[in-house]
Amino acid sequence: MVTMLAIEDIKAVLELVKDPEIPVLSVEDMGIIRDVRYLDGRLQVIITPTYSGCPAMDVIEQDISTILKLHAVDNFDICTELSPAWTTDWITEDGREKLRAFGIAPPTGKSKGALLGHDAVGCPQCRSTNTVMVSEFGSTACKAHYKCQDCLEPFDYFKCV
Amino acid sequence: MTDNQSLFEYLLRLGDNSLILGQRLAEWCGHAPILEEELALTNIGLDLVGQSRLLLSYAAEVEGAGRDEDKLAFHRDTQAWRNLLLLEQPNGDFAKTIVRQFFFDNFQYLQFEKLCQSKDERIAAIAAKSLKEITYHRRHSTNWVLRLGDGTTESHEKMQVAIDELWGFLPEMFDMDEVDAELVADGIGVDVSALKPQWDNAVNAVLAEATLERPEDTWSVRGSREGKHSEHLGYLLAEMQFLQRAYPDAKW
Repeated sequence: MVTMLAIEDIKAVLELVKDPEIPVLSVEDMGIIRDVRYLDGRLQVIITPTYSGCPAMDVIEQDISTILKLHAVDNFDICTELSPAWTTDWITEDGREKLRAFGIAPPTGKSKGALLGHDAVGCPQCRSTNTVMVSEFGSTACKAHYKCQDCLEPFDYFKCV
Repeated sequence: MTDNQSLFEYLLRLGDNSLILGQRLAEWCGHAPILEEELALTNIGLDLVGQSRLLLSYAAEVEGAGRDEDKLAFHRDTQAWRNLLLLEQPNGDFAKTIVRQFFFDNFQYLQFEKLCQSKDERIAAIAAKSLKEITYHRRHSTNWVLRLGDGTTESHEKMQVAIDELWGFLPEMFDMDEVDAELVADGIGVDVSALKPQWDNAVNAVLAEATLERPEDTWSVRGSREGKHSEHLGYLLAEMQFLQRAYPDAKW
């Protein structure tokens, strides 16, 4: 007999799936999971890509699939939805704190109009805002490279988009 | 009413633009002048390849002939490609790569901004997703045009040479044929000819600030909409498609 886990339980299971590039964040924290729902008795997990070319998306899909099967959920689809486009505004407060603790400066401010100017970024180590951008592009599509002028620590900044 | 063949053709044009420029940028991997630019160029390339996957997947579905994004990317010969001639031009030096990027970023920004309102919901979603990335690309290439144009005598000269060399490839961006017209009439596509004044304003302002000269319109080449390409595309495809040509349908 097929048992249907409650949506809350499914969400708790999905909390175990981490972003492969930023393993302190769950895909839930990242705002990658848009919805979890049943449609005609079949589970649908709706995900949205962060960047069009983000290579982590394939791994994330596999990880979601693996973890669901481990919890005896077999009857499911993972669907990708693009609209509305993912924004860093969806990263949870909890997620932002985890990023900072991991040494990555979380996105500053709101995404609207963010790309038109440069952001005042706080150092994740000493919290100083006396920082400079080293490169607009960092180790992954979602990050830029910064340096703190006070504690001199180089760090990644999660771009605000 | 747009037929599937026209929509397929239109999606190829959009998707091929992104893929061919993405591939060109990937060629910089291991060769960029500084590490930060290595990361920048390949990151931008990755965004473009991502866009092309979304567009070519959709194209393959619309075509309904059993092909997928990989078949379209790796099993098509030169004449079946619909990317702008500008984008297949060799990277040249860093100045030429930046100038090509700057011209296209400004065009793609305007084009995708309009596509966000496309009546085709899937195109609108892809455009909205990509527009954020394009905004970032444009900021990057604009900063370099300013820095190198208004830089040393040598950097200024290299930028001006690059602009002159690429100038004649630009009119093609704003051409309209019957496929474009059909999609515009149905509210799906963009009237790119109408984007020219805005593009001119944006580019002129940056060139002026960078102390670079806008060349006279003395020559132009076109042909990508009919699959007529420069010799460079064949070499690019030979490298990009090698594995799937040598080992068809190989997976890893």
